[in-house]
Amino acid sequence: MHEIALNSPTTRIRRIPGVAVMLVALVVCFAATSPGFLTAPNLSNVLVQSTVLLLLALPMTLIIMTEGLDLSMGAVLTLASLVVALVTLATGSVLLGLLAACAVGILFGVANGWLVAILGIPPFVATLGTLGMAQGLSLIVSDGQSVVGMPIAIQKIYSGTVAAVPLPIWMAIVAYVVFYLLLYHTRLGTFVFALGGNRDALRFAGIKVERMLIVVYAIGGAMAGLAGVLMTARMNAGHPTAGLGLEFDAIAAVAVGGTSFERGNGWLLGTLLGVLTVGVLRNGLNLLAIPSSVQVSCIGVLVIMALFFDGLRSRT
Amino acid sequence: MTDTTKILPGGARRLHISADVLQLSYRLLAALLICVLLSLLTDSFLSLNNILNVLRQASLMFFVAAGLTLVVLTAGLDLSIGANVGLTACLAGTVIHVTGSPTLGVLVGIGVGAAIGLANGIMVTALRIPSFIATYGMLWILQGVAYWYMAGETIHGFPPGFRQLGSGYFLGLPIPVYLLVIFLAIGTVLAQRTTWGQEIYAIGANPVAARLSGIPVAARLLLVYTVSGTMAGLASIIFLARLNSAEADIGESLTLPAIASVLIGGTSLFGGVGTVFGTFIGALILTLVLNGMNLLQISASWQPLVTGAIVILAVWLDRMTRRRAF
Repeated sequence: MHEIALNSPTTRIRRIPGVAVMLVALVVCFAATSPGFLTAPNLSNVLVQSTVLLLLALPMTLIIMTEGLDLSMGAVLTLASLVVALVTLATGSVLLGLLAACAVGILFGVANGWLVAILGIPPFVATLGTLGMAQGLSLIVSDGQSVVGMPIAIQKIYSGTVAAVPLPIWMAIVAYVVFYLLLYHTRLGTFVFALGGNRDALRFAGIKVERMLIVVYAIGGAMAGLAGVLMTARMNAGHPTAGLGLEFDAIAAVAVGGTSFERGNGWLLGTLLGVLTVGVLRNGLNLLAIPSSVQVSCIGVLVIMALFFDGLRSRT
Repeated sequence: MTDTTKILPGGARRLHISADVLQLSYRLLAALLICVLLSLLTDSFLSLNNILNVLRQASLMFFVAAGLTLVVLTAGLDLSIGANVGLTACLAGTVIHVTGSPTLGVLVGIGVGAAIGLANGIMVTALRIPSFIATYGMLWILQGVAYWYMAGETIHGFPPGFRQLGSGYFLGLPIPVYLLVIFLAIGTVLAQRTTWGQEIYAIGANPVAARLSGIPVAARLLLVYTVSGTMAGLASIIFLARLNSAEADIGESLTLPAIASVLIGGTSLFGGVGTVFGTFIGALILTLVLNGMNLLQISASWQPLVTGAIVILAVWLDRMTRRRAF
C-alpha cells in the first residue's frame, strides 16, 4: 500500500519540483555569475560531458531501487577503459576492444550480483571489495602507466557527429530510451520495483529473485564497460585512475533525482535531471575556476541534503 | 533471530563468550600458520627488524579499525575513516608547523576527528540517513576539503620528540605497540565490561528490542560514531609521526584495509557479534599477508586486489559459519 501510494502519478508530479527547481536555480545562478555559461557551445559541452555519468546513473538507479548499491562502478569503468585501449592496441580491432571492455564490465557485474544475491553479502561491502579488486587489476594490467596511441576510430566515438549532433548525445538518448522501456515496460522493470519494495512477496510469487538481482548488477557492469570505452575515447588514452570516484557522481545524481535508498522507489526522469544537475554544477564551478576538490565536496553536501529531504518526505 | 542468544542471561551468555574465544583461537592459529609459511618461504621474515615492523604496521592499522569495530557492532559502517585520517593529519600537521607545539597539534587532530565522527553520528541518528551512504558522502566531502586545503603541497619535517610517537622505541619495542596495548585494553573493557558496551552489542543484535528495553539508541550510536572519528584522529597523529609528512591522500588507501581488519577479526557486518581484540588479530593477519607479499617481491599493485578479495572472503566465511551454526 505504502509503495503504491508513493508511486502514484500525483506523487511523481509533486516530486518534479525538488530536482527540477534545483536544476533551474543552478542554471540561473551560473548564467548570472559567469558570462560563458549560457552559450551554445558550453551547453552542448555540458550535455556531452554528462553522457558518461548518465551511462552509470541509469543502471545505478535500478540497483539502488533493489535496495542495493554499486560502489565498484568507477573502478570497473577504469578497468574497462584500460582493457579497450590495450586490446585495441594489441589486435588493431576497435570492435574486439569494445567487446572485451563490455565483457570485463559484465564479468564484474555478475560477480557483484552473485556476491549480493547468492552469498548474501551486503551490497555496499561486496562492491567495495570488488572496487578494490578492479582498482588492483587496473594497476596490474597498466603497470600504473597511461595507455596511449589510440587509433582515430576510438576518438571518433567521442568526437564524431551524426546529423550534426555529437555521438555521445545520441548514445545518451538511446541509453535513456532503453532504460525507460526496460524499467516501465518489461517484466524485469516491474520486478525491480518489487525487489526493493517487497522482496518476500516476489519470492512467494515464485520469481527467481536471485537471478533478477544478478541481471540488474550485470546490466550495471555492462554499462560501466560501455562508459569506460567512452572515457577512453574522450581522453584518447587509457588512464589507470580515469574513473576514480565517478560512482559517487552517479550515486549523487540518483539521490538528487529522488530515488530512495530504502524503499525501492525510483524515478528514471529524476535520475536524468539529477545527472544534468551534477553536470551543470561541475561545469558552472569549473567556469568560476573553483578547484575540482571543492566541487567534490559540494556534491557530497548535495547528496546528504537530498537524502535528508528524502528522509523528511518519507516520514510525513 | 540467531544473535539474541548472547544477550540472554546465564548459560547462553557464557556459551557465547566461549564461542568468541574459539573464534579468536581460529584466527590466532591462522596468523601463526601465515608466520610459519612466510618463515619457510623467505629468509627475511624471521628477523627482529621485520617482526617489529609488522607489529608497528599492525598497530597503525588497529588504530584506524578499532573505532570502526564499535560502529560495525551496531550494524553500521563508517566509510569516512580513511578520509578523516587524511584531513586531520593535514590540519594537525599545519598546527604543529605554525605553532611549533606538538601538544596543540595532537589536540587539534583528535578534536577534528571527533567532530567529524559526531557529524556522522548526527546524520545517522537525527537525519536518519543510512550509515553507509551518510559516511560515504562524508568521505568525499572530507577528501575534497583536504585536497583543496593542501593544493598539492606536502607538509614535511616535524620535531624529533613528536616523531618518536610513530617511529621511536622504548625497551626495544616500537612506541605504537605500547599505544596499541593501552587502546586494546580500553576498547576491550569498554565493549565487554561496561553497560555501554553491552548496550552497543544489544543495538547491533536487535535495534527494536534494544529501544523497547529502554536503551537510549540514538545517544549510544552518536557515541559510537564519535569514538570512530576520534580514533581516526588519533591514528592520523601516529601516521603523521611515522611518515614525518602530511599529504592530502595519505588516508585514501586506509578504508578498505580497515574494514578488512574488522571483518577478518570476526566482527559481523550484521551487527552484535565481534570483539575489539578480534580486530587486532584481523589487523595482524592483514599486515602479515601484505608484509609477506612485500618480502616475496610481489608488486604493490596487487595489494588492493588481495585486500578486496579478503574483504569478500571474510564476509562470506561469516555468513557460512553463522548459517551452519544455527
